Amino acid sequence: MSDIKKCDGYVLHKSRRRMLKGLAAGIGLIALPGRDASALVWEEFFQKHFRELSKDELKGVIARLEKDYSKQYGKQVTVKTTPPIEGVRYGYGLDLSRCIGCRRCVYACVKENNQSRTPQIQWIRVLQLNKEKGIDLSEAEHYYNPATVPEKGHFYMPVQCQQCEKPPCTKVCPVQATWKENDGIVVVDYNWCIGCRYCMAACPYGARHFNWAKPSVPSNEINPNTHYLGNRPRPKGVVEKCTFCIQRTREQPGRYPACEEICPVGARKFGNLLDPESEIRYLIENKRVFIFKEELNTQPKFYYFYAT
Amino acid sequence: MKNIWHFYKGTLVLISKGSTAYYCWVLFLLILMAIGGFAYSRQLNEGLIVTNMRDQVSWGFYISNFTFLVGVAAAAVLLVIPAYVYHWKPIKEIAVLGELLAVSAIVMCLMFVTVDIGRPDRFWHLIPKVGLLNFPQSLLAWDVVVLNTYLMINLTVAVFILYNRYYKREPNKAFTTPLLLLSIPSAISIHTVTAFLYNGLGARPFWNSSILVPRFLASAFCSGPAFMILIFFLVRKYTKFKIEDEAIQKVAEIIAYAIFINLLLLGAELFKEYYTDTIHLASFQYLFQGLHGYSALVPWIWTAMIFNVTAFILFLNPATRRNNVTLVMGCILVFIGVYIEKGMGLVIPGFIPDVLHEIYEYAPSGIELLLSMGIWATGLFVFTMLLRVAIPIMNGDFHVADDGVGSFIGDQLFLVQQPDTVNPESEPVA
Repeated sequence: MSDIKKCDGYVLHKSRRRMLKGLAAGIGLIALPGRDASALVWEEFFQKHFRELSKDELKGVIARLEKDYSKQYGKQVTVKTTPPIEGVRYGYGLDLSRCIGCRRCVYACVKENNQSRTPQIQWIRVLQLNKEKGIDLSEAEHYYNPATVPEKGHFYMPVQCQQCEKPPCTKVCPVQATWKENDGIVVVDYNWCIGCRYCMAACPYGARHFNWAKPSVPSNEINPNTHYLGNRPRPKGVVEKCTFCIQRTREQPGRYPACEEICPVGARKFGNLLDPESEIRYLIENKRVFIFKEELNTQPKFYYFYAT
Repeated sequence: MKNIWHFYKGTLVLISKGSTAYYCWVLFLLILMAIGGFAYSRQLNEGLIVTNMRDQVSWGFYISNFTFLVGVAAAAVLLVIPAYVYHWKPIKEIAVLGELLAVSAIVMCLMFVTVDIGRPDRFWHLIPKVGLLNFPQSLLAWDVVVLNTYLMINLTVAVFILYNRYYKREPNKAFTTPLLLLSIPSAISIHTVTAFLYNGLGARPFWNSSILVPRFLASAFCSGPAFMILIFFLVRKYTKFKIEDEAIQKVAEIIAYAIFINLLLLGAELFKEYYTDTIHLASFQYLFQGLHGYSALVPWIWTAMIFNVTAFILFLNPATRRNNVTLVMGCILVFIGVYIEKGMGLVIPGFIPDVLHEIYEYAPSGIELLLSMGIWATGLFVFTMLLRVAIPIMNGDFHVADDGVGSFIGDQLFLVQQPDTVNPESEPVA
């Protein structure tokens, strides 16, 4: 019984989609300049939501994207769709007593995740704070630029996506273009996002960034090892964010996120919250830990701590 | 079916006829629309980078206009209630103008949202079943639903009534009454949902206040009816449509209450923020005093305050309320006052300081201004066209001809200055 129902729903869904296709094609023919009106453009236009794609459809989408990106950047670009690993929930630790504010994490992230260079997009923001005032955001300096860091009397607090357990950003998205995966990573389908930026208004951490113009990454700087939900090249007009380097951390054997790997003072820790033996679990259980804007009940999986 | 086609053809003939003033006005709007279209094509080409919005202030002038216009649209209900719930005749005759204003305002709302999104080509993702509308989780999904519902209700009712009048029939009450009654909660819903859109964000303390919805409603009942009264005066002066002073006065009274409630709620909010003086005060400080040397909105909000208070006095005092000159002044003042307060004054301080307390000061770019101007022109164009058809129908100057096929057009000019004294016996121009 339920099967029949499902089947009916599917047929209805499909025929509606086909009808829309016809309608939009008609409108599109008038609206779009001829040179762009290739089959590929239509394929992209009608691409379903990532989680609604069948295996075969997904294959087709990935092949199209890889071909497209490889051509655009003049080298082989791969797009993975590696799913979450069973029994893994990622957590991040940041040792405020160690961070020196060098911003190496910021630039390693830009390089690894193919953020636009012009206009500039950075997923990590390092705040320079006054030791006497403590964590008082209204005293934070965002664009500090001395010859050497750390500066006397200051400490540093990097902020990036906190991969909330209760993300306010995914709740508000009108088209479900962003969601939390089973390993806790909040991702965006860049081919589904309509660019309304409601998620940016909802995020308490300034973790979401918009492609105000067509993003540009020089061909020789592109990282060709990409993930569909992570660091693949983004189109104009969509929102993007930190994914804990999903293209690295979901591999087996996995690699650390680029920001964790580059940190010269070991202030950044990363691991599996479900593994009682992991370093991140040790830190949470034994150090002085806090989460950012705890009162908002977003339940971040990004833990600030003081090791010393 | 045939009748609908004849009616439609008739309206096309009708809107192509008019006085020189009518042609000039329409031409003027078309030019502004073309400029807006040009601005939009540039924005589509280069992306939203042509605006002054950035990650820190991710919504700007477009969404401010959208928010304000939702209020204007909701206000049509203030004519529907006295007309169809209390069957008050002087307003019943003009209620259709309110519905048409609502339609035009919603059209503008939808356009402002469309130009604000980064990927308008993916609009179909919002269509339930075809795309993936995040209902009921996302308040924006709710807004899509209620705005379109409200548009459909008003359009259907207004067109149905006018269509029947055209064919000299009494509109079927069994059809219109439920829709009209439905339009009342639906008007309140568009405003409530739009307020909730901001209200539900814990990240933005400036919006995260329980009285945001009542504040929205109160200000809507100022700006919308004020615009309505201005339209009444214009319609009375430049067309043959009769609007009684009594009806205008009724609406003006409602505005007086609404301004009072609006000011009271704003005061309550200001007291709470300033007296408790938490870090959440920062946005109010930015708006009313300036913060760390940034004060772009300060002159605007004080202008709005002065306008709203002056308008309140003008509406409150019976002598100035009954005097048409001061009444019009009051309407203009409160319209501009609410436009500032519920537009930029509501949206921008939500982002300043931003969630990490960075201050990025925003003012709309040239493209944003031109494009917004184009959308306002489009809204006024839609409203003009609707009135061009509705007013002659209501006057009995546009109806089916005696042969039952063609149409009789008694009003070839539409926009003509009427004699100052209300003269009910002016002859239709043949």
